[in-house]
Amino acid sequence: MHGLPVCNVTHQTRIRNFSIIAHIDHGKSTLADRLLERTGTVSERDMREQLLDSMDLERERGITIKAQTVRIEHRSTDGETYVLNLIDTPGHVDFSYEVSRSLAACEGALLLTDAAQGVQAQTLANAYMAVDAGLEVIPAINKIDLPAADPDKAASEIVSILGGSPDEIIRISAKTGQGVDELLDRLVKDVPAPKGDPDGPLRALVFDSYFDAYRGVVCYIRVVDGQINTGQKLRFMATSETHEAAEIGVMTPKAEPIQTLGSGEVGYLITGVKEIDRIKVGDTVTTAASPAVHPLPGYQEPKPMVFSGLFPTDGDDFENLREALEKLRLNDASLVFEPETSRALGSGFRCGFLGLLHMEIIRERLEREYDLDLVATAPSVAYRVTMPDGTEFLIKSPQDLPDSASRESVSEPYVRAMIITPVEFVGPIMELVTKRRGVVGSMNYLTTERVELDYELPLAEVVFDFFDQLKSRTKGYASLDYEPADYRESDLVKVDILLNGEPVDAFSSIVHRDKAQDYGKSMTSRLRALIPRQLFDVPIQAAIGGRIISRETVKAKRKDVIAKCYGGDVSRKKKLLQRQKEGKKRMKMVGSVEVPQEAFVAALKLDED
Amino acid sequence: MTGLDVDAHVNTSSTYVHIPFCSAVFPYCDFAVVAGADHLADRYANAVVAEIGMSEPLSPLEAIFFGGGTPSHVDPSLLAKILKALSDRHGIAGDAEISLEANPEDFTDVRAVEIQAIGFNRVSFGAQSFDGLVLSALGRRHTGAEIGSSVEAARSSGFASISLDLIFGTPEETEESWARSIGLAIEAEPDHISCYSLTVEPGTPLARWVREGAAAPDPDVQADRYEFADSRLSDAGYPRYEVTNWARPGHECRYNLTVWAQGEFEAYGNGAHRYRHGARSRNVRRLDAYLDRVEVGERPIAGSDLIAGWEHEIDRLFVGLRRSAGVRRGPGVDAFLRSSHGMRLLEADVVEMSDDRLTVIRPLLTDEVHRAVLGLADPGD
Ligand SMILES: Nc1nc2c(ncn2[C@@H]2O[C@H](COP(=O)(O)OP(=O)(O)OP(=O)(O)O)[C@@H](O)[C@H]2O)c(=O)[nH]1
Ligand SMILES: [Mg+2]
Repeated sequence: MHGLPVCNVTHQTRIRNFSIIAHIDHGKSTLADRLLERTGTVSERDMREQLLDSMDLERERGITIKAQTVRIEHRSTDGETYVLNLIDTPGHVDFSYEVSRSLAACEGALLLTDAAQGVQAQTLANAYMAVDAGLEVIPAINKIDLPAADPDKAASEIVSILGGSPDEIIRISAKTGQGVDELLDRLVKDVPAPKGDPDGPLRALVFDSYFDAYRGVVCYIRVVDGQINTGQKLRFMATSETHEAAEIGVMTPKAEPIQTLGSGEVGYLITGVKEIDRIKVGDTVTTAASPAVHPLPGYQEPKPMVFSGLFPTDGDDFENLREALEKLRLNDASLVFEPETSRALGSGFRCGFLGLLHMEIIRERLEREYDLDLVATAPSVAYRVTMPDGTEFLIKSPQDLPDSASRESVSEPYVRAMIITPVEFVGPIMELVTKRRGVVGSMNYLTTERVELDYELPLAEVVFDFFDQLKSRTKGYASLDYEPADYRESDLVKVDILLNGEPVDAFSSIVHRDKAQDYGKSMTSRLRALIPRQLFDVPIQAAIGGRIISRETVKAKRKDVIAKCYGGDVSRKKKLLQRQKEGKKRMKMVGSVEVPQEAFVAALKLDED
Repeated sequence: MTGLDVDAHVNTSSTYVHIPFCSAVFPYCDFAVVAGADHLADRYANAVVAEIGMSEPLSPLEAIFFGGGTPSHVDPSLLAKILKALSDRHGIAGDAEISLEANPEDFTDVRAVEIQAIGFNRVSFGAQSFDGLVLSALGRRHTGAEIGSSVEAARSSGFASISLDLIFGTPEETEESWARSIGLAIEAEPDHISCYSLTVEPGTPLARWVREGAAAPDPDVQADRYEFADSRLSDAGYPRYEVTNWARPGHECRYNLTVWAQGEFEAYGNGAHRYRHGARSRNVRRLDAYLDRVEVGERPIAGSDLIAGWEHEIDRLFVGLRRSAGVRRGPGVDAFLRSSHGMRLLEADVVEMSDDRLTVIRPLLTDEVHRAVLGLADPGD
């Protein structure tokens, strides 16, 4: 190989690997900007806000969706130059899997807390995740420039969860750069240097991957033991595949090829493999010549939490939808899908997502990047059905629930939820949780004013509008984090919706028996509001196993004419009607009824009293 | 009227003249109108005369329609000047229908005689309602009684055809007040009655009020009012010949019939629309822009759509289906009957096919029919 810098690998004592973790919006990506800037990694000309949030959707929504890794060099006050590999992680609960993967590539975690908001649910959840992974947690209080900042309070909250002394907690502003130099030195001092065996057989963890149309699968790796060289024959221990290291390099933040990555280093690896399924994130890379005996501990596959049907409005787009989903999956292993057929909506896919934000993002990408017009059905969780003969299976779609006579029992997934709130909202939160079939757990005071509440709730009650309800009952002050727990048997029924006397499979939903009546009522009235008046009366009914529990009617429309049309202004009228007609394209014909796309997710927006 | 009669108007030589001046702009109005600009009326009439001079001659005009705005609001001498220019340019047929829109309060005995003397023989009064509450909510200055006397004035000065425009579905209207308005309109014995529903047009003060929380007109109430008017009027000898127009046989507005028969027609003035040489085109809407353009000798056209091929057939259905007589069979009708949208409309008895004509039998759903028509694909494609 020519032209690659053949430098000595960086000695582990001069490497620091850390993830930046925090609650959503507490300033991780902004801090990453400052770190890139202060260390001269990115020139002033190339700098822009949240530089590492490179996806369009990340920039539009102002959130990080995918973790990003970058290598920076810092000349410390001790006179030495250190290599810092930082990973900027997402804060949203849907993407906590990204955090857990990132942590496995690091020795330290920089935990940011917004000085105005204090410790929030994901602050706590991510801090625990880092501690459990055996990482050194370096807390820092951010946004001290804000007028509402109360760094002392935030510091005492952090001390109450991590211990230590409030004076040790560094205070910074990622916006103004205040304290950032001091933070860099602190990271060098407090993040432990990697302690792999530089002379042992190669072991490198594949902690992320993405698909590049020209280069194929690009793996992000963390070398633990030994070193990896360009051109080397490699063995992927979990898949037992052998590939050549066609290119290795580091992210600065653009990909920069180098000859060798030594132990403790973080970089990327390209093998020329084009099929994403042949590379497993969490796998251990070793050399074919002298392979390691034991792989590194890998990861659990991300588990989809919610499932929804995606159907093209135009049936001819089915294959395009499949292709688009396959392409998105290349960069998002957490997206799963299988074909599904609905009598109402035709052919589509049942897709699994990490949460509602993930679902929204995938859908938006499909529509924007692949120009598809889609109908999405109301999301559902996966239920476990037990049959009288003892067989068990999971159903991801309400349509698949066997009727009550033929099944033995149904269980549903529960989550452990953690809510952090000012103490005055504990009452309203308890009420909400009870209403959502939650089991009240413990309550811990972070300070005298703020508490952490732990509950167990059915996932189905949490994943949809729980967060909105929580926010509205706490004036926006409460935050929520949850993680999957176990499956528990519940008294669940399938509520069907009939339009014009015909059951519409895409509207079916599984709900707890005690709530079925209310659910049926609000569904029919919501649908009545959403379905436009047609040429004939459209009855809307909710039913459980053939028994009607509520009914509404969309009355036939009587007037649809803009009578005024003077002086032969025919063109304007035509254009107006043409526009209305375009709008109607977003309707789906279900039997002879025109149903707007929003109606299929109506169950998500059922107003609470 | 039979289909044959209405279709024959495709050859009627017609023109529209827009007079934008009003005493006040009403809150629901989105036409190209101005209030308080009367000092521009002279200049405007000259501009219209100039525009007429720039247009290509038609055969002698059989229908002339002055709309607005309020043509009765300007000095009759200006209307005369424009009529003369039309006559110079195109000629005016001896039995031409020469129509203007008028406010009842403008139509005193003296004014009626004056306007009739210029050559007008049809007048269409913006009566709107006979109910004081409704009138004042609409910002109208006339009273119910004035409507009667202006009809009288028009009648005695020799107008051959008199029309009343009514509006329904305003928030102040009640079932009773609407019934009374219809009753009084019939009692005034006009020859023609138009009933329009209040619509919330984007950009009008009414649209803003509705956005800010005022009650929008209720479509079901409007449907009730329309159906009531339709049955009262046809019982009283005014069959409906178009979605919003009822007339004693022989008094149908000839200019309107030309438009709905897809006949070509000329148009002058700001914001006016014409259909000539196979294209639907429109003039600039703003009065100042109109004056500027015409005064430097330019035609004030703002845009134009060529209506050719399949588009022409769609257009024929689009305009023709507003008429009670509907449209005769043709490739567009065949395509409609084959389309799924068309079949749904047939099944729901919104349209009907008989005597080789497609007609809308539920006129209140005309826009739904129009959308189906606009969606028809060219079978030749
Ligand atoms: N005033 C002030 N605002 C800050 C500071 N740091 C970040 N912000 C602002 O906080 C918002 C969120 O910042 P991000 O850097 O995107 O936060 P994040 O933690 O990366 O968010 P996620 O990736 O979505 O979890 C942006 O509007 C930033 O400009 C700070 O120190 N001071
Ligand atoms: Mg971020």
